[in-house]
Amino acid sequence: MAKANASAVPAVKKVRKLPRNWKWGVAFITPWIIGFLAFQLYPLLASLYYSFTDFSVLADGKWVGVENYVKLFTKDKHFLKSLWLTVKYAIMSVPVKLAFALFIAMLLNMKLRGINMFRTIYYLPSIMGGSVAVSILWKFLFMQDGIVNKALAVFHIPAVSWLGDPNMALVTVSLLVVWQFGSSMVLFLAGLKNVPQELYEAASVDGASKVRQFFKITLPMITPIVFFNLMMQTINALQEFTSVSIITNGGPNRGTYLLGLKIYEEAFTNSKMGYASATSWVLFAIVLVVTGLLFKTSDAWVYYEDGGMN
Amino acid sequence: MSKSNAVVVTKARKKKTWKRIITYAFLVFVGFFMIYPLVWLFFSTFKTNTELFGKLSFFPETFTWEAFVNGWKGSGQYTYTTFYLNTFALVLPTVIVTVLSTGIVAYGFARFKFPCRGALFVLMISTLMLPDAVIIIPRYVVFNQLGWIDTYMPFWIPALFACYPFFIFMQMQFLRGIPRELDESACVDGCNPFMTYVRILFPLMKPAMFSVIIFQFLWRWNDYFNNLIYISSVKKYTLSLALKMSIDSQGAVTQWNQVLAMSFVSMIPPTLLFFFAQKYFVEGITTSGLKG
Repeated sequence: MAKANASAVPAVKKVRKLPRNWKWGVAFITPWIIGFLAFQLYPLLASLYYSFTDFSVLADGKWVGVENYVKLFTKDKHFLKSLWLTVKYAIMSVPVKLAFALFIAMLLNMKLRGINMFRTIYYLPSIMGGSVAVSILWKFLFMQDGIVNKALAVFHIPAVSWLGDPNMALVTVSLLVVWQFGSSMVLFLAGLKNVPQELYEAASVDGASKVRQFFKITLPMITPIVFFNLMMQTINALQEFTSVSIITNGGPNRGTYLLGLKIYEEAFTNSKMGYASATSWVLFAIVLVVTGLLFKTSDAWVYYEDGGMN
Repeated sequence: MSKSNAVVVTKARKKKTWKRIITYAFLVFVGFFMIYPLVWLFFSTFKTNTELFGKLSFFPETFTWEAFVNGWKGSGQYTYTTFYLNTFALVLPTVIVTVLSTGIVAYGFARFKFPCRGALFVLMISTLMLPDAVIIIPRYVVFNQLGWIDTYMPFWIPALFACYPFFIFMQMQFLRGIPRELDESACVDGCNPFMTYVRILFPLMKPAMFSVIIFQFLWRWNDYFNNLIYISSVKKYTLSLALKMSIDSQGAVTQWNQVLAMSFVSMIPPTLLFFFAQKYFVEGITTSGLKG
């Protein structure tokens, strides 16, 4: 009896701790709970299940165990290449984009007149995002007889095979996302404005050079934003679809055949839903590993003024 | 002040002026590359197809509306009027229900304590990392069974159920900046939490909501992947799909001037929105990304 009482007391306390209106809170987030279960969690689990079946238009989904995964890594001659290209694309585009965004943000932070105008101009390409229209524009600019090569000819530079060479094509596609560095730039700019001016003044008095100030003050102070940008941009890059679909259609010689495109083609062109699901789970695994690594290492290099995220 | 001191000061000033000039020159130089493709696109829409490939010239020799007039005809059966209206029919309801649903969910997360709140919040944030490609196949299968393929339901319904964690998070951050006492004291006369939201917070959250509207509008407008999967008949095509169709036209030579003109036309609404609502762009990006 006494024992039962003792265990009942903390339970009552716990209930009392909840404010009277907690049910309202649950009611307000109910739409999200339904949406999460129906449109995110269920599809996630279902695709995991499909990945172990031969689900396609012809077969209604017999359990095949890990066959799809085995096939991906041993028999599919395009998969490993796609995987490597996707990682390469992220490594090629994200750091360049962020470095560029930070550099421009630092220039715009110099309290010059007309900065708003420059910010607008630099942001403009970013609002087109991953649209078909901007991909079409890119395709046209970088065609063999496109305007970029014509402009190079003016300076007597021989034409570059921007989209004709597999390696170059990936660079050309990366250039498109680098060009759209606007939102990273705006974030960096806001971060730079928050760095206390006294730190620079103190460093100047101590005779620290500008370069040293950048590495010892600016960069450490904005590491949370570097982290956020790195995270979001990497996740986006690993999923790239529109640009490689429109500009190169995965070519030439599958030089831009990124995983996003492969998943789409396997699922909706070849109707191999099970196989495509397995491919998509490999992509998801990479996203999880990359974000996990970023989080793990963030303790070592991300500096939070308030001592860390709660 | 001694003479030598004055010389040092003017020297420093001169150095500063030079630095400014160099910075400006650099900003203009980079800005040129940023804006050139778009300005070039604008002028090339007035060119004929031959001129487009003929010369490097910036301005067209003679301004012609040919590209717009013929480009607008679309597939013949359906014109860009249809594609334009379709895009609005897809995007606008999605944007409206996104604002309503994510706003109320953000309110629930930001202002109430309930069991498992922390865990649910982490779950919500972690869905930011969920790639579309992973969930698209089962979604397609389910929507197909529901008869939603080739309708705009696959866009409207998930938005109605707040499947956009980014916007929930953004509005939560904004709500944190509004003092709690305000919603507690303003409704002393016993209105319920829902009415508090509608009467007190909803009006205050306008800036955050504008940001949601703008970003959701742009992202849905520019979206291609989901359009490609859920929409199948030309009658329902959005601008993204119509543009893709225009470069695919097999057999005939692609009329690039028309394709570019229609690409340009499709960029007009996002660009207008950007210019009219610039303030909210910057605010939206910074509130979501910084205070995390």
